[in-house]
Amino acid sequence: MIKHETIEKNIGLMILLIILVISGGGLAEIVPLFFTNATTKPIEGLRTYTPLELEGRDIYIREGCTVCHSQQIRPFRAETERYGHYSTANEGVWEHPFLWGSKRTGPDLARVGGRYSDDWHRAHLYNPRDVVPESKMPAYPWLFENKLSGEDTAAKMRVLAKLGVPYTEEDAMQAREQVEGKAEIDAVVAYLQALGKLHSQYTNKR
Amino acid sequence: MSPFWNAWVWAITLVVILGCTWLLLATRRSEPHKESTEETLGHTFDGIEEYDNPLPSWWFQMFIGTVIFAIAYLALYGLANVKGFYGWSSVGQYEEEMAHAEEVYKPVFAKYAAMSVEDLQAQPDGLKIGQRMFANNCAVCHGATATGAHGFPNLTDNDWLYGGAPATIKQTITNGRQGAMPAWGAVLGEEGVRDVTSYVLSLSGIEHDTEMAARGQQQFQALCTACHGADGKGTQALGAPNLTDNVWLYGNSFAEISHTIRTGRAGVMPAHKALLSDDKIQLITAYVYSLSNK
Repeated sequence: MIKHETIEKNIGLMILLIILVISGGGLAEIVPLFFTNATTKPIEGLRTYTPLELEGRDIYIREGCTVCHSQQIRPFRAETERYGHYSTANEGVWEHPFLWGSKRTGPDLARVGGRYSDDWHRAHLYNPRDVVPESKMPAYPWLFENKLSGEDTAAKMRVLAKLGVPYTEEDAMQAREQVEGKAEIDAVVAYLQALGKLHSQYTNKR
Repeated sequence: MSPFWNAWVWAITLVVILGCTWLLLATRRSEPHKESTEETLGHTFDGIEEYDNPLPSWWFQMFIGTVIFAIAYLALYGLANVKGFYGWSSVGQYEEEMAHAEEVYKPVFAKYAAMSVEDLQAQPDGLKIGQRMFANNCAVCHGATATGAHGFPNLTDNDWLYGGAPATIKQTITNGRQGAMPAWGAVLGEEGVRDVTSYVLSLSGIEHDTEMAARGQQQFQALCTACHGADGKGTQALGAPNLTDNVWLYGNSFAEISHTIRTGRAGVMPAHKALLSDDKIQLITAYVYSLSNK
């Protein structure tokens, strides 16, 4: 018969039992997600990011946009009225790393593509107060000066291909010429305009 | 979820619940005393000893309570492929919420959708709804007060790029607009750009160099009149602005105007037909119309 005392006085045994109980949660809740269609199969018609959009995404990460902007619309009317169709897991199958986030100081950006003009995004990123006087978003003027070299774009695409994103070697070979010499702002705007526009399965009418 | 993973989730969940229950009962049974006692566990530290009391029964019952809670929760909300008695799912809850909203708000929007934009001007509640939706969808570019910003039109001044009739405003919101001022820098050369700039300044009576403006006029007549008209008053069908008034989308400094002529402009109003339903666009149209037709 197992005795309370036996567990209490054998720290090794206690650790083992705790791990056993807790891992039950992970095994039941997390592990199946690696093997079910809803989370591993891309939504129909999903396209990959272009090299320029991919570079824009990396700048988005570098500048910490994720600190204030989520990319995950929850299934509540209050969210879908404002942002469009709620996000689903099969939209993010090729996102490495995913940028869903849970912190919203600014609005959700999962479907911001096409909502504002390129000009607006440029003006807004140069100095948000120029177009939205009450905004507290920082300005990113250096995006207009920094140029992309495109040196690493192909390598990034090859790594993503290894992770299951359907980039071909041909895509990687052409990446540099599509990116080289472009300003960082062009890449970021291209990325923002692609958000929510990588497939057209959902209607976002509200 | 495939049958295998469904079984996997269920098996682990039940093993964890039953395992915890067994551990709880087994340790309870192994307690040497069933009542409070003066006996100690026999160890002492700095003169502090520990009574060998059983776990208080309210505490034990709380553990039992968590097990019952878990089982009840599974029964009501379900697990993996098995629906609970509530039949709950997050998407189901969302759809219920949307259906309820549709029931409540559809008649409201339908009532206003049946009215013309002109008639809506006499519906303060309808305009208020329009104002709210403007704040959500339009204010980011046009400003909370609809007075615009550099490159984004002021909607309160009754000066329109594409026209201010209700149908035109609605068309602009629904299908968007694509400005197309070509770049003339290569055609005109730097001197030509400065001449035409001077002429454009002269059209609205802004201080300018008359000699340059006279040269610019000829080039203006050759290149610009197709869109802006011979008198520079613009063509709303093309979105070509009137250059003779004092409303300037990109400012009226020499530098801004010459930049426009040199590199062109391509202001975009995004189409909202994929974002907003027709009855909502109707109310936003009415609100925008109200701003300059009081």
